[in-house]
Amino acid sequence: MKKLSLANLDAFFAKIADKQALYMPIENKAGQLQFQRWTEGAKLSVGCNTVRSAKDFFFPQTENLVDFKVKGKEIEIIDSRTEKEDFVIFGVRACDVRSFAILDKVFLSNPVDTYYKSRREHGTIISLACTHPEETCFCRTFGIDATQPEGDVASWITEDAVYFQPQSDKGQKLLEKCGALLEEADESPVLRQKQQTKTYLDKLPLATLSTKHFENKDQLEVFNSEKWAELSEACLGCGTCTFVCPTCQCYDIRDFDTGKGIKRFRCWDSCMYSDFTKMAGGQPRLTQLERFRQRFMHKLVYFPINNDGEFGCVGCGRCLKKCPISMNIVKVMKTLEGEEK
Amino acid sequence: MQRIMAEKAKELLQNGTVNRVLGWKKGEFVYDITPAVFNNTEEIDAEFVYDDFCANNLSKYLIKESRKEGKVLVFLKPCDTYSFNQLLKEHRIWRDHVYAVGIPCDGKIDLDCLKKQDIQGIVGIETQNDNFIIHTLYGDHTIAKEDALAERCLNCKSKKHVIYDELIGRDGEVLDSHRFDMVEKIEAMTPDERFAFWRGEFSRCIRCNACRNVCPACSCENCVFDNPKSGIANKAAADSFEENMFHIIRAFHVAGRCTDCGECSRVCPQNIPLHLLNRKFIKDINEFYGTYQAGEDTESRAPLNIYNTEDVEPSIVYKKGGNH
Amino acid sequence: MQVNEIKEFRPKIVAFCCNWCSYAGADLAGTNRLNYPSDVKIIRVPCSCRVNPMFILRAFQRGADGVIICGCHPGDCHYTSGNYYARRRMTLLFSMLDYLGIEKERTRVEWVSAAEGAKFAATMNDFVETITKLGENKRLEDLRCKE
Repeated sequence: MKKLSLANLDAFFAKIADKQALYMPIENKAGQLQFQRWTEGAKLSVGCNTVRSAKDFFFPQTENLVDFKVKGKEIEIIDSRTEKEDFVIFGVRACDVRSFAILDKVFLSNPVDTYYKSRREHGTIISLACTHPEETCFCRTFGIDATQPEGDVASWITEDAVYFQPQSDKGQKLLEKCGALLEEADESPVLRQKQQTKTYLDKLPLATLSTKHFENKDQLEVFNSEKWAELSEACLGCGTCTFVCPTCQCYDIRDFDTGKGIKRFRCWDSCMYSDFTKMAGGQPRLTQLERFRQRFMHKLVYFPINNDGEFGCVGCGRCLKKCPISMNIVKVMKTLEGEEK
Repeated sequence: MQRIMAEKAKELLQNGTVNRVLGWKKGEFVYDITPAVFNNTEEIDAEFVYDDFCANNLSKYLIKESRKEGKVLVFLKPCDTYSFNQLLKEHRIWRDHVYAVGIPCDGKIDLDCLKKQDIQGIVGIETQNDNFIIHTLYGDHTIAKEDALAERCLNCKSKKHVIYDELIGRDGEVLDSHRFDMVEKIEAMTPDERFAFWRGEFSRCIRCNACRNVCPACSCENCVFDNPKSGIANKAAADSFEENMFHIIRAFHVAGRCTDCGECSRVCPQNIPLHLLNRKFIKDINEFYGTYQAGEDTESRAPLNIYNTEDVEPSIVYKKGGNH
Repeated sequence: MQVNEIKEFRPKIVAFCCNWCSYAGADLAGTNRLNYPSDVKIIRVPCSCRVNPMFILRAFQRGADGVIICGCHPGDCHYTSGNYYARRRMTLLFSMLDYLGIEKERTRVEWVSAAEGAKFAATMNDFVETITKLGENKRLEDLRCKE
């Protein structure tokens, strides 16, 4: 384990930012946290989680896939991708780091999504252990340890220092580059912090939330539950939950006519929208109930069925905080479970 | 108040005046309230709630609910009655299927105000005189009411219920609010500052459409931004232009109909002060065409649906206010 | 010797002209051989009140540097009152654009009758001059349409 004195934190950031882009949670104009590029003078915020998740780095909200230029009867197809630069994300929480593994299962399985893959390869993740989880946190439900995050390098911020633990070759190399600032350290302060955080985690209101009800579940049984009507009743059909979610990965591909050619772009889609998966023959889910159900079926039933039981949720609590009508995955899980009792 | 309302709801359910109740339902925590329809007295006893977090404006749900069989009881806060009236005026709600009960409101808590003051891990809340005592996982906080209330409540425009079948408590008055102060502040900036201000706000937009979907004035069956044939359907914030376009057009489309209920700003996950766009239109309408409050009545015509031969010319914009 | 090409800024102007007055006014300007810059692209609309705020924004998106709406003089609308409604809408829209920090000179409303060919030409000349001074539309541009 390596140690960096807190006084040297900016020097450490400067060292990394010297060679590659460095992003971290920084307070924005609205007083909320947002992953932003670090520049001299920017202040790392460790308060709580960011509004938008870290998936943006690998799966941006909008990206250009290909351009078409029309000249007479010829159509030229242009791959408008440019060489990606290496980047480092600091301060990713355990829940968000796990979300990358979930996204990998979607984008890196065959056929591999090369846009996503290239970003993954260029990114190095320095995760940050939580010390003050929020009431909306329930990562433990999905087997995530907020005090021991995954990632290329794991880090812990204590009162006077930052501790680093490399967890991959990429992480090892990154730390080597900053070697001069780091010193070998004893891990007892980290253990103490972990112990303290665990007492908070035990006290969280959602600490006992369990996925048991959905393990090896008959999908039709959940699908046909009568509870969906009541759950989805107040849903506005906005896309907030899906857009702040670190694991929502549905997208749409559209063409934008610039007047001089076509830009084919991919953008996040939301199952909450009325035109979700709309095809020539119409859309398969005509009511908000069906669209609402899709989101939770995907996370709690379909995804685990296709991925060895891994759920499509990491318990970050963003949807709990941001839904305009406060309907969320926790309420859905509890309601569906309660039905059986 | 919650008890009185629940009793009222049960009474009206039992005597057959209504067959269901539109209200607010408890959540997992103290603050995560969900609008809900209650079908019987048991459901009301179990889950009905009315407290400082019941911010949702229930009027828009009546577009759907009032088309169903039987009468629905709805609880309306003063500002919600304006939206309700406006929707009646636009013939979006079936009046005879609704039994509206006006309820008092002392302003609602904005969770973001608490978070901004580093209050995290909220597990409970108590009211004590003019303060809230907030229990968290990491200790208690005492916070003055005005530091916890939403901006729209601090600048409350009216405590008066403009429409109801029955009122619980006493009716209030239209208030003299300071809601245009911030608009004036922005107007006094230079165009460059204004542009920078709005870019800074709009650039956070994630195009979730929460502002549009929650808005009682946005009641189109199919929004132009959802219609792929419109040529401007855009799901993603692909370009700063799209953000500008969406917010300008949306604000314009509700101009003269927006009651300034403030739901758009409440639901914005990125805390974009969208109400400042609507208030600009309201302020301009008041200045150019005479004071007008949407939703105040059901008879008057909306300012963009009438005209006066003596109206100001668009060129007034070149002369008027704002720095160069 | 090397000759450097100096690229002069030529603004793109979109003019929405009402069919009954302003479009005829433009016609008259033409038949009278009055000069106005070819940078002005006229789009004929049935009435000035047909112009939706979206039209104006889309014109900017697609590369316009200035947008002008021309209609019948108040009181002379072919449909009695269309231009009165347009007047209210455009006043509010322009005020909003100004509020957002977009140069207010980029949008304009002008009343031009069928008999005012000279006014049409003068208006366009003046508007093009204003926009040329302002330069390229940067604040309401769509980068994807720029290349």
